[in-house]
Amino acid sequence: MSSPHATKSHLDAQATTQPATRRRSSLLREMWKQRAAYLFLMPKLILFTAFILIPIIWAFVLAFQEYGVFGSEWVGLKNFESVAKSELFRSALWNTLQYTVVTVPLQVLIALGLATLIHPLGRLGQSFFRGAFYLPTVTSMVIIAMVWRWVYNYRYGLFNYMLSIFGLPTPDWLNQSSTALWALIIMSVLIPPGVGIIMYLAAMGSIPEQLYEAAEIDGANGFQRWWRITVPLLKPTTLYLTMLSLIGSFQVFTQILLMTGGGPGHATETLVSLVYKTAFRDLEFGLASAQAIVLFVITLLFGIAQYWLLYRKAEED
Amino acid sequence: MRIKHSPTRWLTYVVLLVWAVISLLPLYWVFSTALQLPDYVESEPPKMIPMGIIEYFTHPESRSQIVTDTFSGFQQLFHSTNIWRWFFNSGYISIVVTVGILFLDTMAGYALAKKDFPGRNLIFWLIVATMMVPGQITLVPLFIMVQKFGLMNTHWALILPDLSMVFGVFLMRQYMLSIPSDLLDAAKIDGASEWKTFWTVVVPLAKPALATLGIFTFMNVWNSFLWPIIVLNDADLYTLPVGLKTLQDQNLAIFKLLMSGAAVAAVPMILVFMAFQRYFIKGLTVGGVKE
Repeated sequence: MSSPHATKSHLDAQATTQPATRRRSSLLREMWKQRAAYLFLMPKLILFTAFILIPIIWAFVLAFQEYGVFGSEWVGLKNFESVAKSELFRSALWNTLQYTVVTVPLQVLIALGLATLIHPLGRLGQSFFRGAFYLPTVTSMVIIAMVWRWVYNYRYGLFNYMLSIFGLPTPDWLNQSSTALWALIIMSVLIPPGVGIIMYLAAMGSIPEQLYEAAEIDGANGFQRWWRITVPLLKPTTLYLTMLSLIGSFQVFTQILLMTGGGPGHATETLVSLVYKTAFRDLEFGLASAQAIVLFVITLLFGIAQYWLLYRKAEED
Repeated sequence: MRIKHSPTRWLTYVVLLVWAVISLLPLYWVFSTALQLPDYVESEPPKMIPMGIIEYFTHPESRSQIVTDTFSGFQQLFHSTNIWRWFFNSGYISIVVTVGILFLDTMAGYALAKKDFPGRNLIFWLIVATMMVPGQITLVPLFIMVQKFGLMNTHWALILPDLSMVFGVFLMRQYMLSIPSDLLDAAKIDGASEWKTFWTVVVPLAKPALATLGIFTFMNVWNSFLWPIIVLNDADLYTLPVGLKTLQDQNLAIFKLLMSGAAVAAVPMILVFMAFQRYFIKGLTVGGVKE
């Protein structure tokens, strides 16, 4: 960086124009000198602007409009008022919250538990279980949802068969309002958290062995070492995974569409399935944008809250 | 954290194995149902293995019938649906997007990591900020755009937005920060052009990151569902996930057929995963690295 600066100030010194113009022309000169960088960046930047940046800004505009093919009308906060008043939105929000509050902690805990068990195994054991637990993650959610609809089949499904072995009640999981959401929750918990396991394993591998040796000398038992050393040192990973899981569960959609369609009634309607229906079944583009923005804000608030909780907790420890 | 006592270790194995079986059971059930004899698909209690395997030996007189029945789901699938077409569509779209993303994101990541130009930080932070915005927000505006450009019900409607995804730019930038600038300067002193430096120095050094990005892009595009189901209406244009959804809508209770379709869609990703497992793992751990 030092040589371009030297040339630049040298050139600036020669210039006799006013300071503002001079600064602008030196900026342009700098940009011209780095033209290769802009050329490298340009193709992606054009696509990014067209298909991400503009749509995001547009979504915020649409939320304050009533969209029509022949022109849109500004309606102020009307869409947001409809969202706030909507019974359906509230129940979709409630369903999503229930789903999130149960699945997110369990997914993270299961990942931590399984990684803890896998970590001490040898190379072969590690890569076997890592593979076994990650495999369902690479399979499309469409496939997983299709097979789980079959697994939950009232009469011939695998799930009720397993329950019946243990003498447990065997409800018609997906077709009853009282059980449908729980069926989806159980399914998400039983799909192994492949990403979490792999990330925890990587993080565990980077904890220095000496810490454990020192603790062992101090007489700490296995559980104490895990609770006092492993768990606190994994906090950044836990935070990251909780965030990922949170975002994922707020956006739960594919399994809803394939397994229950949001029903029975609206018992499994989630925020994203509601946005989808509002936009592409009811063609209420303005309202759907407002719903999506509210979803975004709620996700953001939850993200901030859990970041704050986990970090404050980290400082107390 | 080393487990020394062998009883504890055995317990560990038992717990892990039981959990692994539970985890893989649904996937197994896809294949088991796809290959189940039609008479046994719906039975109480469910048959845990395709019964053709047993009947093949117990009923030697009707072996050819048993083989035909075992594969009848696939037979029906290939005969009465466009599944090969969907398979082809998913495959070519995934490959086009993956190759495109590798080019675009490597170039952009290189510029952001190794070039010092006015606006660099602004562009980088803009990209990172949009990564936080959930995809549902852009569904409606994208839909309107696609309609206005006349791209509705074309594969462009999938390819263009997929090529715009910025996760790869972030990944490549993070990776390229670790490439020593001296190497690039040396190439420049030797008189290599910008493009030549990029192509002969930067790209070879970035190979591990390219492998990771390529695999994750392929997987995401192959599995993507929400957007394709919105923009595609023509059965000839469907990708596999969309095709499977319509297959299910039309044959809600024909589980052998449905699971045959699911199996066809699952196999390629399972093979890709087995072949490139280490890149999957590497990619995930790169994602967790803090700046």
